[in-house]
Amino acid sequence: MAAMMQSAMPTSEPGYSFSQAPQSVAGGPRQHGFYPYTDNGGTTLGITGSDFAVLAGDTRSTSGYNINSRYAPKLFKIGGTGSANEGARIVLSVVGFAADGNALKERLDTVVKMYKFQHNKEMSVHACAQRLSHILYNKRFFPYYVHAILGGLDENGVGALYSYDPVGSYERETCRSAGAASSLITPFLDNQVNLKNQYDPTSGSGLEKVTKAPQPLSRQTVEELVTDSFTSAAERQIEVGDGLQMFIITKDGIEEKYMELKKD
Amino acid sequence: MNHFPVGWGRPRDDVYGAYNPSYLPQSHGGTQANPITHTQSPIVTGTSVLAIKYKDGVVIAADNLASYGSLARFTDVKRLKQFNRKAVVGFGGDVSDMQYLDRLLNSLDVEENYGGDAPAESGPHMSAKNLHAYLSKVMYKRRSDFNPLWNAMLVAGLDESDKPFLAYADLLGTTYSSPSLATGFGAHLAQPIMRRAVPNEAASRELSKEQAVECIKECMKVLFYRDARSMPVYSIAVIDGKGVDLKEDEKLENQSWAFAEQIRGYGTQTV
Amino acid sequence: MFRNNYDNDSVTFSPQGRIFQVEYAQEAVKQGSVVVGIVSKTHAVLAAIKRNAEELSSYQKKVIPIDTHYGVALAGLASDARVLSNFMRQQSLSSRLTYDRPILLSDITSRIADRAQTNTQQYGRRPYGVGLLIAGVDARGPHLFEFQPSGVTQEMVACGIGARSQMARTYLERNLDEFEGSSREELIRHALRSLKESLAQDKELTVDNTSLGISGIGEDFKLYEGQDIAEFLETTFENKEQEPAAGGEGMEVDDS
Repeated sequence: MAAMMQSAMPTSEPGYSFSQAPQSVAGGPRQHGFYPYTDNGGTTLGITGSDFAVLAGDTRSTSGYNINSRYAPKLFKIGGTGSANEGARIVLSVVGFAADGNALKERLDTVVKMYKFQHNKEMSVHACAQRLSHILYNKRFFPYYVHAILGGLDENGVGALYSYDPVGSYERETCRSAGAASSLITPFLDNQVNLKNQYDPTSGSGLEKVTKAPQPLSRQTVEELVTDSFTSAAERQIEVGDGLQMFIITKDGIEEKYMELKKD
Repeated sequence: MNHFPVGWGRPRDDVYGAYNPSYLPQSHGGTQANPITHTQSPIVTGTSVLAIKYKDGVVIAADNLASYGSLARFTDVKRLKQFNRKAVVGFGGDVSDMQYLDRLLNSLDVEENYGGDAPAESGPHMSAKNLHAYLSKVMYKRRSDFNPLWNAMLVAGLDESDKPFLAYADLLGTTYSSPSLATGFGAHLAQPIMRRAVPNEAASRELSKEQAVECIKECMKVLFYRDARSMPVYSIAVIDGKGVDLKEDEKLENQSWAFAEQIRGYGTQTV
Repeated sequence: MFRNNYDNDSVTFSPQGRIFQVEYAQEAVKQGSVVVGIVSKTHAVLAAIKRNAEELSSYQKKVIPIDTHYGVALAGLASDARVLSNFMRQQSLSSRLTYDRPILLSDITSRIADRAQTNTQQYGRRPYGVGLLIAGVDARGPHLFEFQPSGVTQEMVACGIGARSQMARTYLERNLDEFEGSSREELIRHALRSLKESLAQDKELTVDNTSLGISGIGEDFKLYEGQDIAEFLETTFENKEQEPAAGGEGMEVDDS
């Protein structure tokens, strides 16, 4: 009421109606008590090779300092048949707000299953990747609060990895880490996968130094990099730990590996 | 015409009078009732729910108190709801939302058993796992509409293959499953005790019913000692292959307040 | 042109209490090629004769997998079946999404029955011109349901619909007692033999014109077509000489 009285005060300038409507509620500002997001911690990681892709994630779920569960997978098979998604060739990993992650997984899974029904063929990772981007962007103004990584094999059988921001911006990469310990793992990956700051020892010094060119890694090497990344992350990040789940996608299907991590 | 382009074409107050916003809702300066209201905070609340899986089933418990802020308002509120002979839901958080969900689940149960092909002898078709999937979808939908059901709940029972099932769902639609679970204060106070009994799935497959019940009762006692929004009368349910055994008027036994003597810094003692 | 004054729409009864448009729709089912379905204690089988419009064209789809646990076989308008099967897929996926469980066959059957029924009670709509056999395994075991354009559905032990299906039904009725205890292979043989009964004299079951859908307890619904069914056809009809039980009138022994 006071706001209205004020705005009706005579001034030398002509008033305009657009500036008269009170901007806030009469009873002062009201706080929104409900925040629809939370962070469930954890970290994910994906690395590709010439004929495989590896996706990995820890299995801890957290709320603040609490551990909700020691086994809450962040890796999901997409497509395939039945509730166990047998025969799937695509893997989605999501880290961030777990409820959004689950909803996103179910949307994408349904899309891929309907695609197979309607076209009588499996969806390619390339197509699935673009569809995922659209799903995320469609919720641009109330986003799925997750960092997604999608993995599979492309049309040539080469390992494919796509990483996303929460609103659908995406890019194909050879390696990516997301989540609570991504800031710990990324520099390690830069150095070990992309050979950043590594120089040919036979080259000269100073400006003569020649950087090493990254080469496709063997599956063995990649699996070791993944386990090292997670055991180290579990040492330094309280939201990472309990278990490490790894999906290795090859032309023969998806192989699952599980190992224990620190539980403290 | 003047130097304020945003004003061009708009009705001038000196010509038409001030804008009358009375038709607008109060949130926009009008006098109309606000059209939609959503829960911003819970009113009457229940505290922790605890549950633990053992080799043939699940034990779940919650006290019978509904608080109004710090006031112990209602002392006979049953917060464990039996869905069918395979599933029990334990509610924490807003009690009116719990009662809404209870009605929703009852109508679901009726729908599920209605009609000529009701699963009379083959037992209820809906397992605790199915129920949890449904409940978590309801919760997630409501949070996505910015109209949350202010609860944290545990779904305890058996899955389709009659194996013990225990999972959590809350107002954000967050879900997870574990051999032992606790909501609210229980996550801080009871979960460490329960995890000593069942550190992993393998351990829960070894745990006997007696051990599980004993562990839960011990945890309820600890919660009553330390949680100011709790009471010593509680409900406890055991769900196994034989069905649901729900007791709604249990009292804490063998309380020992000896530890209170050790507490310094409160009250009138001087040393 | 018109048979009478009461068949201009599907919502008007004739004085005899018939709805002619619905009956015409049922005629469309009878013009579709034959499909049969049988259930045992452990399995549910669908078998169908596929037709091609002309030599150069492909064969019309007769068995459609819907979800991992069940599929349908159709007789009549294939386009109507496609619409219905899309609806069934959506319902099946939503059951898995909402309740994390495969939809019950009795459930999905009554859902499409409700859709078909509305077509018989709303002006300006037409009944589905297709009959379906819905077969698969759910939480309550193997099932076979028959669906008709009128919205009538029935649970069956064995059933045949489509052109000349009376012959197949006669075979099924004669062997009714055997089905319950049949093994997977026996059930397939029964389905193929009953299918053969309905075939015209000069026609044979071949790998091109036969479709087979099988599901069982612990076995997902699988569609067999082309070379995949060659073995089933072989084993079914080489035994036939020794088996007088089949007893169709003047059927020739197949030696394919």
